[in-house]
Amino acid sequence: MHEQAHNTLETVVRNSRAKLVAFLAAGSGDLAAAEDALSEAFASALSNWPQDGCPQNPEAWLLTVARRKLIDAVRRQREIPSSEELEELEGVMEADAENGFPDQRLALLFACAHPAIDRVVRAPLMLQAVLGLDATQIANAFLVSPAAMAQRLVRAKIKIRDARIPFRVPDRCELPERLDAVLNAIYACYAEGWADAAGADPVRMELATEAIFMGRLLVELIPEEPEAWGLLALMLFAEARRPARRDSRGEFVPLMQQDCGLWDRQMIAEAEAALSRASGAGMIGRFQLEAAIQSAHTDGLQRGGVDWSAVARLYDALVQLTGSPVAEINRAMALAELVGPQAGLYALEWVRTDKRVNGYQPYWAVRASLLARAGKNEQARQAYEIAIGLESDPAVRRYLQQLCGELPE
Amino acid sequence: MQYLLTLYSDEAGWDKMTPEQQKQGYAAYMSYTEALKSAGAYVGSNRLRPTATATTLRTADGKTQVLDGPYADSKEQLGGYFLIDVPDLDAAISWAGRCPGVQHGIVEVRAIWSM
Repeated sequence: MHEQAHNTLETVVRNSRAKLVAFLAAGSGDLAAAEDALSEAFASALSNWPQDGCPQNPEAWLLTVARRKLIDAVRRQREIPSSEELEELEGVMEADAENGFPDQRLALLFACAHPAIDRVVRAPLMLQAVLGLDATQIANAFLVSPAAMAQRLVRAKIKIRDARIPFRVPDRCELPERLDAVLNAIYACYAEGWADAAGADPVRMELATEAIFMGRLLVELIPEEPEAWGLLALMLFAEARRPARRDSRGEFVPLMQQDCGLWDRQMIAEAEAALSRASGAGMIGRFQLEAAIQSAHTDGLQRGGVDWSAVARLYDALVQLTGSPVAEINRAMALAELVGPQAGLYALEWVRTDKRVNGYQPYWAVRASLLARAGKNEQARQAYEIAIGLESDPAVRRYLQQLCGELPE
Repeated sequence: MQYLLTLYSDEAGWDKMTPEQQKQGYAAYMSYTEALKSAGAYVGSNRLRPTATATTLRTADGKTQVLDGPYADSKEQLGGYFLIDVPDLDAAISWAGRCPGVQHGIVEVRAIWSM
């Protein structure tokens, strides 16, 4: 009995947490209070359910308890709560959970990624609100101190409450820009998880999984937005290759040399489906382009040859759309494959006008490999030295050192 | 919920404008105020005299000091404010974005602490 109650609660927490937090936060305008109330409700469930048995509708049970806790908390918190205010709050929260309550999860995501919220805290806020990760877990994932992360989260939630950031889905005219912020925050979570290639750190590994969870949630909530599908496709393509990114000794394996047999076929199929769903809308975007590039690589490598002209065209479009130096570096790589190392080096010269690339490892690594292929070994060696100096991942560093060592004298 | 929109700009800018430009600038603020009023969002507003008229007070060693000049000495100076009453921050940001002050300076949006 005890175990069953435990399992039920765990399932409800996983599946309903976001919906419950969203409803409570949207009703009160207070994300922190909503989370606290829900935690208290979970605690009550933990002590009541093993004794009294699991309720028929666990979600409704939790909502009823959490709502009561929330209203009590608001009453305590406001020194002189106007009765009007409390009545209004009770009115708003008067949802009949037995018959389902409105799904405010999308509004919650938009509140967390609101332009008035500091960019760096948007992804952490989502992880906490949607998935219930605690500040320490998030801090570990983002490699900042738990105290600093906790402070950022608290500050953001105070702003949501006191400046009254609304929990609503933006109007059609402001939607593209606001949606970008949500997509970027989810992608930031994924990128943090991706950085830990070996999956050695369980918290960071989980972060990639959680980002994909949020990506799936987003396409469920706004299936009409192609960029949401594009983001999901991009994350799935990358995740599918995770098992092949390191060899059995933990050494770095570059994409072109990965064992395709280790890739997750099912995940690739899901990524392809998401991407074709996105392109069906006929509205190109950054994430769709990046996913299409992943698709071209994945497909090509599985069949023994990448279509570099298609990849170069996709990077052209990405450079035009975003002006990102990272896209330009990758475009230079594709050009080198298509035309030759000299063409790639020429393209890199343009990128160099952007001073930011001086501290960017992939720029130097790409430059080094192109110089090596062009037979300019001394210059290649120098570029590898810089790349090695900029790299923090030991496995990647060893790989670059190996390439540098293989250069002819 | 009430929000205070504070307007910061280079106060020397006004004097550099032609009389025609000043007239236009004045008209822009008048119509913005009218728009706020007709939307029922207007609570109050004022334009401040230049910082040359500012006096600052603070306590040092238990004694109140009175000093000539504004509190913050920066490139832009506080030049006026609008107090508005709107449902949430999105509405406040939307009004702030239409304020003529954004065209020639900075507008800060702050929630009012209701007592």
